[in-house]
Amino acid sequence: MKQRFMELAPDAEQKQEERFNIWRAGEGIPFADADAKAAYQDRVTLIKDAVQLKKKPSRIAVCPSAGFFPMQYAGISMYDAMYDYGALKKAVEKYHLDLELDAYNAPTMVPGKALEILDYKLYQWPGHGVAKEREYQFVEDEYMKVGEYYDLIDDPTAFFLNRFFPRIFGALKPFETIPVLPGINEILLVPPFARPFGTEPMKKALTALTQAGEETLGFLAALGEVGGKVMGRGFPAFSGGFTKAPFDVIGDSLRGTRGIMLDMFRCPDELKEACERLTPIMVKYGVNSCRAFGHIMPFIPLHKGADGFLSDEQFQTFYWPTLRKVITGLVNEGFVPQLFAEGGYNQRLDVISDVPKGKVVWWFDRTDMKKAKEKLGHVACIAGNFPVDLLITGKPDEIRANCKQLIESAGKDGGYIFTTGAGMQGAKPANVKAMVQVAKEYGIYQK
Amino acid sequence: MEELIKALIEMQEAEAIRKAKELLDKGTDPVKLLEACSTAMEGVGSRFEKGEYFLPHLMMAGEMLRQISDMIKPLIKEEKSSKGKSKYLIGTVKGDIHDIGKNIVTFLLDANGFEVKDIGIDQPPENFVEGIKEFQPQIVGMSGLLTLAFDSMKETVQAIKDAGLRDKVRIMIGGGQCSEQVKEYAGADAYAPDAIAGVKIAKQWIGGK
Repeated sequence: MKQRFMELAPDAEQKQEERFNIWRAGEGIPFADADAKAAYQDRVTLIKDAVQLKKKPSRIAVCPSAGFFPMQYAGISMYDAMYDYGALKKAVEKYHLDLELDAYNAPTMVPGKALEILDYKLYQWPGHGVAKEREYQFVEDEYMKVGEYYDLIDDPTAFFLNRFFPRIFGALKPFETIPVLPGINEILLVPPFARPFGTEPMKKALTALTQAGEETLGFLAALGEVGGKVMGRGFPAFSGGFTKAPFDVIGDSLRGTRGIMLDMFRCPDELKEACERLTPIMVKYGVNSCRAFGHIMPFIPLHKGADGFLSDEQFQTFYWPTLRKVITGLVNEGFVPQLFAEGGYNQRLDVISDVPKGKVVWWFDRTDMKKAKEKLGHVACIAGNFPVDLLITGKPDEIRANCKQLIESAGKDGGYIFTTGAGMQGAKPANVKAMVQVAKEYGIYQK
Repeated sequence: MEELIKALIEMQEAEAIRKAKELLDKGTDPVKLLEACSTAMEGVGSRFEKGEYFLPHLMMAGEMLRQISDMIKPLIKEEKSSKGKSKYLIGTVKGDIHDIGKNIVTFLLDANGFEVKDIGIDQPPENFVEGIKEFQPQIVGMSGLLTLAFDSMKETVQAIKDAGLRDKVRIMIGGGQCSEQVKEYAGADAYAPDAIAGVKIAKQWIGGK
C-alpha cells in the first residue's frame, strides 16, 4: 500500500484532457440556446486554461464562493433554505442570474427534514439547536475514542457502520449489531448476517433511512432543476464531487481538534497508520462523487493543516504525506483537485508546491497571494482570496481598490481564478457587485 | 523541579506527570509546584511566539497542566485567593457555538494569572452586559469563528455602551475570519490573531493601567 499514489501516472495528462472535454461538452444540460451553450463552453475554457498553465486565458474567471450569501440576498432564512426547497431554488437562481459569475455554485445546503429523521448529531442546524436565521454549525466531540484507532485501521467501513454512524445518527443505533461483513463467507453464516435485520429496532432504523432517502431525493430533484437552469444559461458548476484529507477526516469528525492534537503526541503511529488506511478510500470517494456529477474538480476543504494548527514538522509528518497521495490518486484518474486551504498557508507554500504541474487548484483563504503566486505559480493554478471581512464591513471604493490589488499580485500571466477566501455570508450586496464588476473588467489579459 | 519544568516545556507528558507525582510524594509544597508550572507555561508561550510551537503544543500544555492541578487540588486547603488578580470575562458571541479557540485563551489567561470567567458559547449581548455587572472584569474577550459573529460582536459592544459600561472595560475580539477591519466594525479595542497574542495584549492592558 505504501507504494500506491506516489508517482504521476503516464496517462494522467490524457485522462485530464478527456475529463475537461466531458465537462466542456455539458451533455445533459438543458441549454437555453446556442449562445448559452457557447458561453458555458467559453467559461469552462477560462478555467481549463487557468488550471493547465499552458496558455494565458482570455480573462480571469470570476468565481466567488457563494456560501450562504444567496439566501440572504434573496431574503430567505437559513431555515427556509433547508426546509422549503422551492424557496431555496428561487434564491439560488436569483443569485446566479443577477450576478452573472463565471461559475455555478451548488448551494451548500442539505435537507433539514432528512437530518431530523436520522437524528443527526454531528451538526446543529436552523431550528434545531441554532436559531432559524443562522447557518448550520459543527458540534465538536470525540466521536471516536482514542482506544479505537485499531478498530478504524482494521476495517474503516465496519468502524463507520458499527460505531460512528450509531453515534452521529441517533436513528441508526441498531447498526451496532451488524456483523463484520467479511466474516459472512459460508452458508452457516447467513443466519448471523440476516438476524439483526429482522429485529424491531433495526426495522425502525431502516425505515428511517428509507424516509431520509426519499426526502433527499426530493431535495436533490429541486437542486437538479435549478442547477440545470443556471448551467443552461451558460454557467458551468465550479466544483463537483468532494473528498477530504485523511488527517481532516479524523481531526474534524472522529477525534475532534483537541483529540487529534493530543494524539500526535500520545499515539503518533496509530494516527499515521489510520491516515494511510483512509487514503485509498478518500481517493475513491473523490473519484466516485466527481464521476456522478460528470465534473472534473472535486472540492477538498482543508482544515487542520493551516498555519498555527500544526508545526511544520507535524504538517510534514501527519498531514501532507497522505493528502499528497489523495491528490496524486485523483490526478492519476484525470481529476483536478480543488484544494481549499482554509485559514493561512503562508508557512506551507514550499511543501505544498510538490504537486504535478497544471493538475490542481490551490484555493487560498488567508494566505499572502503574492507569495503564493511566487512559490506556486509555476506548478499550480491559484485561486482566492478576496477577504470576506471586507465584503461585510467595507465600502465599494475599498472593495474596488482591493480587488485590483489582488488581481495584480495573483493574476499575472494566467494561472489564477478570482474567488473569495470564504463563503460570502454576511456580505453587503453592493460590495459583492462592485467586486464582481471590477474583477471582470480588470481581469482581462492583453494579448 | 527543574526537570519538571523541562519536561513540561518539551512536551514530555509522561515524564512531566511522573515528576510532578514524585515531587508531591516527597512533600514538595504544592504552591511551589504550581509556580513551576507557571514558569513552564512562560517557556511554552515564548516558544510559541518564536514560531517553534503551535496550537497542538498549547493543547498538550493545557492537558498536562490539568492533570497536575487535579493532583494538587486536594492538597491545597485554603480557597484559591483571587485577590488582586486581573479579571477577564470571555464568551463566544450570539449565534456561534464554537468553543475551541475560546477555551485555549481561557486556559492561557488562567495560566498567566488572570481570573477568568467563561460565560460559554452562543451568548447574547445581554449576557455579556450581565456578566460585566456581576464579575466586574477589566477586560472582555469576544470569540467567534463564523462571519455572522461580526454583527453579534458589534451588537454586544453597543449593548455594553448602552449599559454605560464601555469605559469600564477594554474589549478584544478573536477567532475565524476576524481582523483589524472587523475590530473597527465592531467597535472593539483590539484584535488578537492568536491565543498567545490575546494574552500578551491583555497583559499590556493590565500593565498599562
